Amino acid sequence: MARAVTPRRKLLLTASAWSVALLIFFPVLWTVLTSFKTEVSAVASPPQLFSADWTLENYAEVWQRSDYPRFFWNSVVLSVGSTLLGLVIAIPAAWSMAFVPGTRTRDLLMWMLSTKMMPAAAVLIPMYLIFQRTGLFDSRLGLVLALMLMNLPVIVWMLYTYFKEIPAEILEAARMDGANLWSEILYVLTPMAVPGIASTVLLNVILAWNEAFWTITLTTTKAAPLSAFIASFSAPQGLFYAKLSAASTMAIAPILILGWFSQKQLVRGLTFGAVK
Amino acid sequence: MTMTLRALLGASVALTLAGAALAETTITVATVNNGDMIRMQGLMDDFYAKHPDIKVEWVTLEENVLRQNVTADIATNGGQYDVITIGTYEVPIWGKQGWLESLNDLPADYDVDDLIPAIRGGLTVDGNLYASPFYGESSFVNYRKDLAEKAGITIPDAPTWDDIKKAAAAMTDKEAGIYGICLRGKAGWGENMAFLTTMANSYGARWFDENWVPQFDQPEWKAVMTDYVDLLTNYGPPGASNNGYNENLTLALQGKCAMRMDATVSAGALTDPKQSEFADKVGFALAPDAGLGKRANWLWAWSLAIPASSDAKDAAKTFINWATNKDYLALVASKEGWGNVPPGTRISLYENPEYAKLPFAKMTIDSINAADPTHPTVKPVPYVGVQFVAIPEFAGLATTVGEIFSAALAGQKTVDEALAEAQKVAVEEMTAAGYIK
Repeated sequence: MARAVTPRRKLLLTASAWSVALLIFFPVLWTVLTSFKTEVSAVASPPQLFSADWTLENYAEVWQRSDYPRFFWNSVVLSVGSTLLGLVIAIPAAWSMAFVPGTRTRDLLMWMLSTKMMPAAAVLIPMYLIFQRTGLFDSRLGLVLALMLMNLPVIVWMLYTYFKEIPAEILEAARMDGANLWSEILYVLTPMAVPGIASTVLLNVILAWNEAFWTITLTTTKAAPLSAFIASFSAPQGLFYAKLSAASTMAIAPILILGWFSQKQLVRGLTFGAVK
Repeated sequence: MTMTLRALLGASVALTLAGAALAETTITVATVNNGDMIRMQGLMDDFYAKHPDIKVEWVTLEENVLRQNVTADIATNGGQYDVITIGTYEVPIWGKQGWLESLNDLPADYDVDDLIPAIRGGLTVDGNLYASPFYGESSFVNYRKDLAEKAGITIPDAPTWDDIKKAAAAMTDKEAGIYGICLRGKAGWGENMAFLTTMANSYGARWFDENWVPQFDQPEWKAVMTDYVDLLTNYGPPGASNNGYNENLTLALQGKCAMRMDATVSAGALTDPKQSEFADKVGFALAPDAGLGKRANWLWAWSLAIPASSDAKDAAKTFINWATNKDYLALVASKEGWGNVPPGTRISLYENPEYAKLPFAKMTIDSINAADPTHPTVKPVPYVGVQFVAIPEFAGLATTVGEIFSAALAGQKTVDEALAEAQKVAVEEMTAAGYIK
């Protein structure tokens, strides 16, 4: 039975939620505010949240110095491409694990997840060599494959969880009506799992968009996405925080907007099956 | 008909040859993000006008990421980069490994003898120049002349450590937010250890003896660390153990550092009225000595080199010759003024009367000339490098030692404890690496 929420308790919970949200959002807010400061105010001591001399100069310089549209387009291709390719592989995999599990399915799922625990730097040289020898270095195709493989365990796990919530009887009924495997997955299972698939897509687009280690290591000029764009504004000496903040804001803005408009979908998908 | 066929064939062959001659070679230049490099990217029209057959693509990365990517590329013979920006630490190591293309055959107009000898020496291995300096720097003292005057002291052009200690004490006014001295305290081989290694050189200390045995248990290092910790504890800014180059530069621009010892390259920012309201009150002096014949100044250059794996070495050499030639310095001066010319690479720049008018020009060249990477210490050592030891193990070892010394500065351990720990770590590392048999 749900506990009655007193006004005082509600106020306390609301205040806590806002505090946690602000704490999480504060670094982003700081970055955005710094992007409008001059370099000297950006490093003022003691630090100031608001500056007296606001400027758009950092954005103008970042735009002038870099080919932002190219980096942006590469980020779109890599994040969307790797997610879609991942779905093509993960939907049948998750279907088989959810509806026709074998004796080792559980172990297989755990093993897939364990690959996410390996530090990326451990396989740097083998990956570098494979990409060079196969001509995939600094290519969008190569990075789409790399990001897809990297996020595949997460996609499979998420889809597996959603598929498990769908009653197997519905699929049986479809089979009795003459649906073959392909029709069963495409016309029965997939439409029923749309909320779950949508949140999987969103989460993986975000993960791929923010990936920085491989996207910086395995690119030079052609396939470099926004992570490389940000890295190019960090400097060994001199004042660069305001320009770096402007570059970061330009890089995270699209994904923040996407997250903002799809937050309902995202939250619904992520909590799907959490409460029974 | 035959004549027509021949003419057509001839024309197509000629067109093919012309096409081959005009074929564009693309080179990829990997660089760090600093003002001089960004300025060069803005002046590329001059290069393209002179070399329309070469297209340059830039990869700008953070220093450590650049180092990691270039190392991976060279180690795997990848050939992704044709020109790389490389520091003075890597050049002797990578040159010896055969990872870099020799630049001994650059054209005569490159004028290799015009390179500042100390800088050139740091980029040469066994007679081969493996990198061409784009800008060079040393370290020196910068101070606020108005505060020195107010405190009634004079900082000599070539001070001793005693002069520095007295000046720091006299100018400190913590209540007014003025700190007598700002030195690097942040842990890192290129941060606090760059400064501490030069300080150690001037005190007669050294990283290793002739047999690669670490020397942190010697009295010279005790004197270095005691004075360093005392100076920053008594006269330094709060949280000095977190301050690196950028943090101290910021404090100096705000006028909060009465005196600072750091890179000569910061002189431009310190004397720029747009960045500092104390721009007209800045004085410069050589890094101090302890009367032992070595000053506490370093030597560093960001240089351009060609990885041995590049498949466009000729075009890469053409680019390097353009970017590090005397003519390039004149080009920057004509477009952006002498103050923005990359410093510290060529003798002729410091002989130029226009450049000599800059307030920091003489002190920069004197500081560079005072550093000798081949004989960096008072006692003999088996290594080259002024603020570093040019062996592959140094970066990792010095970062660990830097963390220990930074902890001593923060008061988390005593100087004796820090030195004992540094000695233990260094002996272990040098034994494991096979230097100590």
